[in-house]
Amino acid sequence: MMLARAALNSARASSRTFSTSPARLTKVAVLGAGGGIGQPLSLLLKADPLVSSLSLYDIRGAPGVAADVGHVDTKSEVKGYTSDQLEEALQGIEVAVIPAGVPRKPGMTRDDLFNTNASIVRDLASSISRVSPAAHILVISNPVNSTVPIVASVLEKAGTFNPRRLFGITTLDVVRASRFLAGIAGTDPQQTSVTVVGGHSGVTIVPLISQTNVASAVALGSEQWKALVHRIQYGGDEVVKAKDGAGSATLSMAYAASKFTHLLLRALKGEKGIVTPTFVRNPLYEAEGVDFFSSNVELGLEGVEKIHPLGTLSPEEEALIKEALPELKKNIEKGKQFVQGA
Amino acid sequence: MGKVKAVVLGAAGGIGQPLSLLLKTNPLITELGLYDIVNTPGVAADLSHISTPSKVVGYLPPDDGLKKTLAGADLVVIPAGVPRKPGVSWDDLFKINAGIVRDLATGIATTCPKAFVLVISNPVNSTVPIVAEVFKKHGVFDPKRLFGVTTLDVVRASTFVSEVLNDVSLAPKVTVPVVGGHSGVTIIPLLSQAQPPLPASVAPGQLEALTNRIQFGGDEVVKAKDGAGSATLSMAYAGAVFAESVVKAIGGAKGIVLPSYVNLAADKEGGSVVASEIGKELAYFSARVELGAGGVEKIYPLGNLSPYEQGLLKAAIPELEDNIAKGVNFITGPKL
Repeated sequence: MMLARAALNSARASSRTFSTSPARLTKVAVLGAGGGIGQPLSLLLKADPLVSSLSLYDIRGAPGVAADVGHVDTKSEVKGYTSDQLEEALQGIEVAVIPAGVPRKPGMTRDDLFNTNASIVRDLASSISRVSPAAHILVISNPVNSTVPIVASVLEKAGTFNPRRLFGITTLDVVRASRFLAGIAGTDPQQTSVTVVGGHSGVTIVPLISQTNVASAVALGSEQWKALVHRIQYGGDEVVKAKDGAGSATLSMAYAASKFTHLLLRALKGEKGIVTPTFVRNPLYEAEGVDFFSSNVELGLEGVEKIHPLGTLSPEEEALIKEALPELKKNIEKGKQFVQGA
Repeated sequence: MGKVKAVVLGAAGGIGQPLSLLLKTNPLITELGLYDIVNTPGVAADLSHISTPSKVVGYLPPDDGLKKTLAGADLVVIPAGVPRKPGVSWDDLFKINAGIVRDLATGIATTCPKAFVLVISNPVNSTVPIVAEVFKKHGVFDPKRLFGVTTLDVVRASTFVSEVLNDVSLAPKVTVPVVGGHSGVTIIPLLSQAQPPLPASVAPGQLEALTNRIQFGGDEVVKAKDGAGSATLSMAYAGAVFAESVVKAIGGAKGIVLPSYVNLAADKEGGSVVASEIGKELAYFSARVELGAGGVEKIYPLGNLSPYEQGLLKAAIPELEDNIAKGVNFITGPKL
């Protein structure tokens, strides 16, 4: 990551006048900015040259975080909002990233977080629907398999749902897959991309190793492959365990979320060919009763531009999908019921 | 690609965590060692999932954890220590952080004495001399390799200038040299040397307010955080910017010039020019330095100071002298 200040120091900038850049810039809100993910995420977004304005909201701590990151000398302005200022925080935003909620402790599944996080996400979605219904909504709050359908249901009830603008962030699974596979293959993780499809927890996470450029490094169906798949699926648990009660993945989650947000911002700027996995309203397995699914999505000016088909899967990967679907269906239903049953 | 091992001492703290994140994403760093008194295995596990090439390991004190973290380090960044809270002065911090820095410096001196040491732990004006004195005791002090990180003052200056100009988007284009020390009145922003130059429309009253804001920017954040701490994210950003510059210099890049709080013996000639500009023989001062593979290659003169800035310098000197003496005496001084 090349930081702006270092760039200026190592090569004297040629343009030494006060002229502003013509690039399209975007107003982004972080809902849950005071938390373990929210804080480093706010810093990374402050450093993102495609962000023109950063709106930080939380039930506590956001003004302090805003004062802190506001000192960073990148071009975006920052404002922090207190718990009663949600609607103000959402004014004019084009992208809302939602890390709000409680994290897991050892022994918990993402589903165990449901009761607390479902209400938080529902209420945030409700306000977004009222104040900035055209915003792109990026959900981090777990369990994503359920919270994304919660947001969709809230927006549907209000008549503001645009399936092209709702994304569950699964990028951390993609990042983990790259990292773990590169470790086995002995390659640079930045050159070892892996498509990960399905959902964002345990067996719903399906890494498509057969489609990578180092597929030969791991024999599909072997014990090594099973261990790799398991590690990608339960990478989150690995961190929860290592943190021993101190939380779950925060820094790597912030990194992954900022990566996804940046890709979306590039697409909103008009850049073509931006394809990345994300959990969206998806027709791929709708016939099986699963209407949200993460697969490679091409991003464009409206958000979701095109949902790519899965491509060729190995028999082992087909089996993973088969295992993922019923769990995913359950999670999605749970999210929908939470809103519809209310 | 050459191997570069970076270490963060205090990696689990408010600054340490986001700083470690930024260093993990730096493609020039091939190995990252994280040390703290709690939580580092968890932080390391978290960061280890990021898909950049560097290997990251976290250690706690037991079983020679500090030594293991520091083995083979090329640079060591030290954010360790307690943060300020409202009503807490730099001096109060001193009592706790001085001991922490002394112990960490001892570890570095005995494990990786040639590493570049980047001190963030406050009060920097005193903790940098503490590290130096510990290194001297072990016969390994090299003034070219010891830096107090003042980059946050530089970063704040750019941001605050852009706010005075009513256009935050200008911040990345503004550079203001900040010299002196790293707290309150010892921070001397040379606004008269800003690049691009400040418009003539900026009145003297505004310059004073701007100077004051840069000097006490830290207090602004402590107040806004209302007991929850001091600047962590912006400090991590600034620390990573400085670390990135050092890593590039280690790798042979040229022309890397930025302010840092150094021992003026790091460049005898440049150092004595600065001493005569100050009008006092201060052992430590923040000035623009040029970095090379061996650390500080050159200390640049302060240049022309406006009358107002001369006044700031005058006010800074006694405070700096005090702070430096306090740090030195903590290691060498008479036991009370």
